[in-house]
Amino acid sequence: MKALPTKWRERLLYLISPIALLAVWQLLLALGVGDRRFIPAPSDIALRFVQLAGSGELEWHMVVTLYRVFAGFLVGAAPGVAIGLLMAMFRPVRIFVDPLIAALFPIPKIALMPLLLLAFGFGDASKIALVAIGVFFPVTVNTYAGAANIEKIYWDVARNYGASRTVMFTRIVFFGALPMIFAGLRIALAVSFIILVASEFVASKTGIGYLIWNSWELLQVDVMFVGIVTIGVLGLITSVLFQELERKVIPWKAE
Amino acid sequence: MLAERRGAAVDIVALQKEFVTSQGRVAALTDINLSIKPGEFMCIVGPSGCGKSTLLRILAGLDRQSGGTIKVEATGWAVENAMVFQESGLFPWMDVETNVRFGLMTRGVSAAAAAPRVEEALKLVGLTKFRRHYPHQLSGGMRQRGAIARAFVTDPGMLLMDEPFAALDAQNRVILQAELVRIWEQTGKTVIYVTHSIEEALLLGDRTVIMTAHPGRIKRIIDVPFPHPRNLVTLSASAEFGKLKLDIWHVLEEEVMRARAEAEQ
Repeated sequence: MKALPTKWRERLLYLISPIALLAVWQLLLALGVGDRRFIPAPSDIALRFVQLAGSGELEWHMVVTLYRVFAGFLVGAAPGVAIGLLMAMFRPVRIFVDPLIAALFPIPKIALMPLLLLAFGFGDASKIALVAIGVFFPVTVNTYAGAANIEKIYWDVARNYGASRTVMFTRIVFFGALPMIFAGLRIALAVSFIILVASEFVASKTGIGYLIWNSWELLQVDVMFVGIVTIGVLGLITSVLFQELERKVIPWKAE
Repeated sequence: MLAERRGAAVDIVALQKEFVTSQGRVAALTDINLSIKPGEFMCIVGPSGCGKSTLLRILAGLDRQSGGTIKVEATGWAVENAMVFQESGLFPWMDVETNVRFGLMTRGVSAAAAAPRVEEALKLVGLTKFRRHYPHQLSGGMRQRGAIARAFVTDPGMLLMDEPFAALDAQNRVILQAELVRIWEQTGKTVIYVTHSIEEALLLGDRTVIMTAHPGRIKRIIDVPFPHPRNLVTLSASAEFGKLKLDIWHVLEEEVMRARAEAEQ
């Protein structure tokens, strides 16, 4: 066999574990382990997937879900980064914000859904707001940690070389914190899918979360699985794209 | 080629520095008096805890003294001083060129005006080909070259160097020392160079300040008699160099012994 470049070998390896899982699953059902009415085989799910995709129904739910995830992600992440940096730069800001984070971070975000429905109604806005709130906290905490742990020598260099507050903020603190900011954003991305699907269970007539919950109520187990798999795949794709973005944005991070 | 000696002049009078710790006040520097002439290469040697780095940080404006005065005469220079730190302190998120440009960017020098100066500084330290590299892609020695270029490009009255080559392996240290001396001979700037190695101090400097610890004070100032331009390799192997080193070592040994005897009483 011709040797593949390491990069491609690693990418291939990345795909093998999910494929193996599906193969074992299919095989067990084919051997008569488990009830196919409640646990459909991967082939059944694939068939239903093609059907739903063919009718355009799946795509519609997907677009709605992705729109809410990304809108909420952006709305939550931008102030999260800004406030995290400000907390590291200015002690009073940190003292002011710290107790709020300590009190609000542990609240299960889905518990805020009724409140947000009151405030924003039944449409997209309430779901986007919930995702934004869920994203805001991990991004803020990570950004602050990244900015606060910038090595002292970089502050010394910046001061000795006459950096103004603005330069400190935009050229030192922001970039110094960037690896940790990205770690926070990656956590936040996963969190935003979790929160959104939960909110679509209870307060939506569209989106993949709704598709899953609705098919449970109708006992269409295969549709349910299509929804679950779709969320998983969306999560995987966005996470991979995000890693690529990280590689582009942080070229100095040692491989 | 020897450049005219020019650079900042420094006058330090009765300088003191105290740190407040949980154990009370600790004197880091006591009664420091020192005059540095324009273009002088001044080395400061001493054991750890003698306050040599603190002295440098005060000169760099990163710490403030508890007492005494420092007068720096640096008219005609773009900036008073530029520091080269022990671990280079090149920003990992900037490539070499952006790092070198940093001290110009912070002072509002336009990109067009900065470009030729950055070019010259990169050439001075031999990093022109590595301008697009990030610090993690460079060896320790190359990173220190970058840090030196970043300091020189700002056209400072004096260069403050805090054990800049301490983290390098012996071979690279010799190479970098020789380059620093060459650059200094070409530019004639004032250099204040902190090290814990007597040998390095004698090799590089015009004068060497020997400090002692607890409290940190100046023990002695030695005139280093070797003329410039210096060839560091032949100089370090010469008999005169060996003799001077030995003399100073005796002075220090006596000091160390006395300090130990006092401590044991």
